[in-house]
Amino acid sequence: MPPLFIWLPAAAIALLMLMPPVYLLVRTLESGTAGLDVLFSMRTLGILIRTVVLVGIVTGGCAVIGVSLAWLTLRTDLPFRRAFGLLTALPLAIPSYVFALLVITALGPKGMAQGWLEPLGVDRLPSVFGLPGAALTLTLLSFPYVMLPVKAALQRMDPAMEEAARSLGRSSAEAFVQVTLPLLRPAIVAGSLLVALYTLSDFGAVSLLRYQTFTWVIFIQYETAFDRSIAAALSLALTALAIALLIAESRTRGSAVYHRVTPGAQRTPHIASLGAWRWPATLYAAAVVVLSLAGPMAVLVYWVVRGVSAGEPLDLLWSNTLSTIYVSAMAAVAVAIAATPVALLTVRYPGWVASALERLAYVGFALPGLAVALAFVFFGAAVLTPVYQTTFLLVTAYVVLFLPASVGATQTALKQVSPRLEEAARSLGKTPFHAFRLVTLPLLSKGIAAGAALVFLLTMKELPATLILSPTGFRTLATSVWAAASEAFFARAAMPAILLIVAAGVPTTLLILREQEER
Amino acid sequence: MRSFLHLRPAFALVTLVIATAVVAACGADPTATPTAAPVATPTPAPMQEGSGSLVIYSGRSESLVDPIIQQFADVTGIDVEIKYGGTASLAATLLEEGTNSPADVFYAQDPGGLGAVESLLSPLPSGILERAPDWAQSPQGLWTGISGRARVLVYSPDRVPESELPADIFDLTDPKWKGRVGWAPTNGSFLTMVTGMRKLWGEEKTAEWIEGMVANNAVIYPKNTPQVAAVAAGEIDIGLVNHYYLYRFVTEEGEDFPARNYHPSGGGPGALIMVSGAGILSTTENRENAERFIEFLLGTVAQQYFAGQTFEYPLVEGVNINRLLTPLDEIARPDIALADLSDLEGTTAILRDLHALP
Repeated sequence: MPPLFIWLPAAAIALLMLMPPVYLLVRTLESGTAGLDVLFSMRTLGILIRTVVLVGIVTGGCAVIGVSLAWLTLRTDLPFRRAFGLLTALPLAIPSYVFALLVITALGPKGMAQGWLEPLGVDRLPSVFGLPGAALTLTLLSFPYVMLPVKAALQRMDPAMEEAARSLGRSSAEAFVQVTLPLLRPAIVAGSLLVALYTLSDFGAVSLLRYQTFTWVIFIQYETAFDRSIAAALSLALTALAIALLIAESRTRGSAVYHRVTPGAQRTPHIASLGAWRWPATLYAAAVVVLSLAGPMAVLVYWVVRGVSAGEPLDLLWSNTLSTIYVSAMAAVAVAIAATPVALLTVRYPGWVASALERLAYVGFALPGLAVALAFVFFGAAVLTPVYQTTFLLVTAYVVLFLPASVGATQTALKQVSPRLEEAARSLGKTPFHAFRLVTLPLLSKGIAAGAALVFLLTMKELPATLILSPTGFRTLATSVWAAASEAFFARAAMPAILLIVAAGVPTTLLILREQEER
Repeated sequence: MRSFLHLRPAFALVTLVIATAVVAACGADPTATPTAAPVATPTPAPMQEGSGSLVIYSGRSESLVDPIIQQFADVTGIDVEIKYGGTASLAATLLEEGTNSPADVFYAQDPGGLGAVESLLSPLPSGILERAPDWAQSPQGLWTGISGRARVLVYSPDRVPESELPADIFDLTDPKWKGRVGWAPTNGSFLTMVTGMRKLWGEEKTAEWIEGMVANNAVIYPKNTPQVAAVAAGEIDIGLVNHYYLYRFVTEEGEDFPARNYHPSGGGPGALIMVSGAGILSTTENRENAERFIEFLLGTVAQQYFAGQTFEYPLVEGVNINRLLTPLDEIARPDIALADLSDLEGTTAILRDLHALP
């Protein structure tokens, strides 16, 4: 039986996470068989296959880019590696529909790239629409989900085993593949899981790039038929798909141990020399930054300049920027607090309760934001009336939406902390809570911070729940981008989008600075 | 020292929260709105205190209607709170909220959104209803049109000479348009047009049109804007859209933006005029303010704003349209009441059966 300070908050969080599925069930049952008819039509099967293909490609791509960049920026002599470390985290702050819009502007059949190639006789580029465009967009936006937890894990990892491998004659690269990579598995899997579930829930990129996924179909139901029941049935199916993914993930996990088992303290890790690979590696990192951040920024700045020269006033949107940072910081702290007991319970007290809670924790992340928001309307307007449409309820909804981003990072960190340390504290007469606060929490801080940073970036760009659940008159940068972009005012949409990316630099810079302090 | 260092990020985050909260409390003006095109302001009336409040759910975009709503707030002194969102998601929100909704007015992009929440609306007074034409209102007077928008074909004058433009959108099923036409089958305005098509042409001819469009590889877009951009970029030659998007591109990119609007000369569903509209929730506790607001939207100042700033058609007599627009009486508008276009379910069913929708 876990101590009270773990199971009580964990139970409260479980109740919270149950809200969306319960709401969806209520709405689905209301619809009779209409939802089931849509669900079991052959076309749904096609959409299911398309969704799974996209999830597979995006997750694989993100794992490769995320792990390689994490290693290059932390463990090698890559030039400008701190700058790369900062810049590669920022794509996470770009809303997917903005990125998709930029991809179309740049790579569309008659986009900017075609304009440059026109003198070479290229009349029309191959279509970016469908799977290629959607996969490219989501991969370039989502690889930081893998990179950030892997970096956190690399920083905590004891270099002793790597050193042992190297002293036994392995090269840096061999030691990385044979020793480090397997040790990073929990972080890679946690990050990939986030990518997979985010891809399941994304609407912006797939709708603009015309690739029909499950979430796209759910939105069609809300948009075209105003039919909440069919949308709810489909959302439940999406939940089932997400849970299937989670079960598959837990099968791969096994009972490996990731913390050091012998006494001793951690040393500064070895920095590998890239040698001849130095410049190709720099080119690769630069290419990722150009495609995922600098390119989009350039188009956005171009839109602003074009708009200003056409007489559009330049608005720095101070209040929107502040409210965005404010609510995102609140969400980051709230999610970090909520994630810690969940991570403790699932890592230290495994069993069916823990694994049920863990799966539940991921459900909100895989659901379309609108479905989660409507669940909060359903309960909020009727039962939680005093807090309905307050920042409090909005932040609570962010907890449901983004909990796994933090749970994953915290769990990974916890797996690298030996339970022997807590036991030692307990044997010296500390209560479980004291042992946690004095021993475990400080060791977890990097993981918790990495998770909080992730949540901060996610909250900044969140749209459907923010629109519906925020207090009336509350505006964030994301709502400003949406308000302008949805009416084709691109110049006006570009400024808040740029500010969104700049503001995303705040938590990422904090993390990077801390890395430097420790060197 | 090390344990102190370990607490740094959490500490920094907390500091950040406190700092932003303080700054937000001192400096931020929560009612600040993004700058938009200037509005002709009448002589500023003195703020009347105690004029009460009004909560508006607006499915129309902030960038379009915020200036005129703020003007209403300034003139009346009413404390106006606005929740912006998509028309469909706000309709879903209103349905979930039911009788607990804090909203007084629902201002929607299209009649479909208003139709979906009709059970939550209460009749408007006749003084308001008589301002706008009957065809633009619910027969029970539950909502009224506020501004008009025309369905048009946006086309590339470079690639489609005027003589080749189809008189009726049915002609777009001709094989010569194969791969050259775009549509947005999930867009609310498009669905309303297809519902009108079913009324005007009957189910069979509508199905024939949809099949013809699918056979012609009509390029699917998520909404109107990308179609206008695609016509200009040369991706497609013709798009099925609402009229006003073109003028936003022209405003941003200049008069030589390579796309133009065309109202099918032979009329039919392709020349439909639709409306944005508003209704009052029956649970409102601010009925008087809600009525004042809708009256204001149908008044000369607001109607002039829509004509001048959002390139829409005014619905009341005596307000001039924007010089860029085709006058309403020159459009072969089919004679159909918008309230008859509420059967979106039937429309999505037929589109789904014919594989135009998933």
